[in-house]
Amino acid sequence: MSLGKLIERLLQLVPVLLGVSLIVFVMMALTPGDPVQIMIGDQNITPEQEDALRRGLGLDRPIVERFFVFLGNAMQGDFGQSFYHRRPVADVIAERLPATIELSLVALIVALVTAIPLGVLAAIRKNSIFDKLATVGSLLGVSLPGFWFGILLIMLFAVQWHILPVSGRIGYSSEIETITGFLLIDTLLRGNLPAFWDAVKHLILPAVTLGLPMTAILMRVTRTSMLEVLRQDYVTFADAKGLSRRRVLFRHALKNALIPTVSVAAIETGSLLGGNMIVETVFGWPGLGRLVVESIFLRNYPLVQAAVLLYAVIYVGLNFFADILYTILNPRVKL
Amino acid sequence: MSALLEVRGLRTVFHTRAGEVWAVDGVDVEVRRGECLGIVGESGSGKSVTFASVMGLVRSPGRVAEGQILFEGRDLRALSLREMRAVRGKEIAMTMQDALTALNPALTVGEQIREALEAHDETLPARGQPRRAAIRAKSVEMLGLVGIPSAESRLRQYPHEFSGGMRQRIMIAIALACRPKLLIADEPTTALDVTIQAQVLELITDIRARLGMSVVLITHDLGVVAEHCDRVMVMYAGQVVESGPTAEVIATPRHPYTRGLLASIPRPGLRGQPIRPIEGQVPDLIGMAPQCRFYSRCPVRREACLAPVAMRPAGAGRSARCVLLDEVPA
Ligand SMILES: Nc1ncnc2c1ncn2[C@@H]1O[C@H](COP(=O)(O)OP(=O)(O)O)[C@@H](O)[C@H]1O
Ligand code: SF4
Ligand SMILES: [Mg+2]
Repeated sequence: MSLGKLIERLLQLVPVLLGVSLIVFVMMALTPGDPVQIMIGDQNITPEQEDALRRGLGLDRPIVERFFVFLGNAMQGDFGQSFYHRRPVADVIAERLPATIELSLVALIVALVTAIPLGVLAAIRKNSIFDKLATVGSLLGVSLPGFWFGILLIMLFAVQWHILPVSGRIGYSSEIETITGFLLIDTLLRGNLPAFWDAVKHLILPAVTLGLPMTAILMRVTRTSMLEVLRQDYVTFADAKGLSRRRVLFRHALKNALIPTVSVAAIETGSLLGGNMIVETVFGWPGLGRLVVESIFLRNYPLVQAAVLLYAVIYVGLNFFADILYTILNPRVKL
Repeated sequence: MSALLEVRGLRTVFHTRAGEVWAVDGVDVEVRRGECLGIVGESGSGKSVTFASVMGLVRSPGRVAEGQILFEGRDLRALSLREMRAVRGKEIAMTMQDALTALNPALTVGEQIREALEAHDETLPARGQPRRAAIRAKSVEMLGLVGIPSAESRLRQYPHEFSGGMRQRIMIAIALACRPKLLIADEPTTALDVTIQAQVLELITDIRARLGMSVVLITHDLGVVAEHCDRVMVMYAGQVVESGPTAEVIATPRHPYTRGLLASIPRPGLRGQPIRPIEGQVPDLIGMAPQCRFYSRCPVRREACLAPVAMRPAGAGRSARCVLLDEVPA
């Protein structure tokens, strides 16, 4: 990885962020609903007070001017105040981010850990009952809407069987003072094992819901690339050497078959961001996704702006990371 | 001396959408200890499938349907998969036609040699540093044997970092790592340019003499056979059409197909003569009539050739599959 390549990537980010800002700005401007009216709600307030509020938020200026003010401030790292929280947007987002990252990472791990073995098994048992079930399962996995699947899981595991909690990140009784913001880590750091298990229980359903489409996709990718790889001469040659089946499958075949899987996983992690909004809302998960959804309803423009920019940076970063992984896994490619 | 490998009546079929393809249809092979047996025939004549069958490496949709494969008297077809793995690479090793695709692009050359040693070499120390050192020493030795300089550092490299000729040498080094009794070299030179071809063939011949192993050299080049093989077997459309000591087969070919192949190689002394490749193509193996398979291309075909044609003895240690042999030589 050369420095030039890195700089090139960073420069590519500039037009992406500009474009994303513009699109979000225009969309927010076009959606009906007035943040000031929403903030006032049914409080009694004079028109003067309302004007003052509007001026205070900068909403009295023309949209074009607002856009450039936003850009100017953003370039200095100032994303403004959240209308609703009356605090800097950056702070509010920073508070919510660990919950989202924790959920996404666990979902990613769940997806990788289930998809790769299932995909390999489907490939080596091609056309078996298992393979056919896996095909149907992955089709369902990508096509079931996340909110539907999430609610189904809640109804079964939480409402019906009382095995897992309905929503939230941790029970009231287990709440702890955070250190990193990642509850799985913090509970352990505090040596509070019951709280750790409580956090794990809260994570299971949302992580499974969030990870399901990704599991389905990664399983298909793994199966397809594994089948492709198993046809290659080097697998025949590995067999001709008298190697164990385990070594042929997992060292010779899988190492090559995982190259596409890992690349797709890195890119698909970006799409977890979109899934987060739905899953966090369904499971009352106090993360960035739910915050963004709430902020959209409240017409909390600065927060939505900043969050979307963050999503864009993460997305581009993940693509970049996918490229790096690809070169690491594939010795033939040099960046 | 008894044969090292004896194949009798081998039939291997591929079940394809278009129908059953009998890629190998009643093939007998005998490989003697220490000899080099050449297998020639155009592409598609069943050379690779014959020896994939011997190694038990025919994959779905293919299947060995019939025949005996005796290696040192043991029937390989009767072995379990586990027993067969102990034969592959250890007793019988194989190199493939295209070294670029046969070497794993994601593993270092060192690992690809090492795993062969680890699978079979019982002389290695059981574990730890002594084992690693012994494997390393053997790997370096093998690369040296096939003429790859500064082997020590090259073990860490990946296949794509080597030239085509070097890759072929690496594959030979891997195949020979466990000192097999039989090396099956499937078109070791087809993918290489002429000067490198000669080097690789010299290498195989040289190592064969040094290690005292037998070699099956698959090629579609009779010139290569003439130079390197004690005996030759000519295959056509899934069958053996002629076999015998190389010098005699080349001097007096008994099958029209062998004659055609010989006529198609430019020989020194005959320079300037046009090359005469055999006209026509290998027939479609699906639903073939019971006649002589060379019929459609044979310049001397006759009515008798429309009946099934069996192998016939054709002098000392020779045989051929042609009705012409029944005629009293003029
Ligand atoms: N995987 C396969 N599926 C279907 N047919 C095959 C397959 N592999 C080989 N064959 C058939 O076997 C014939 C002989 O192949 P092969 O032994 O590779 O020829 P050679 O090595 O002499 O060039 C081919 O012409 C083809 O018809
Ligand atoms: S049997 Fe007949 S057709 Fe076949 S090679 Fe001999 S002469 Fe030609
Ligand atoms: Mg071949």
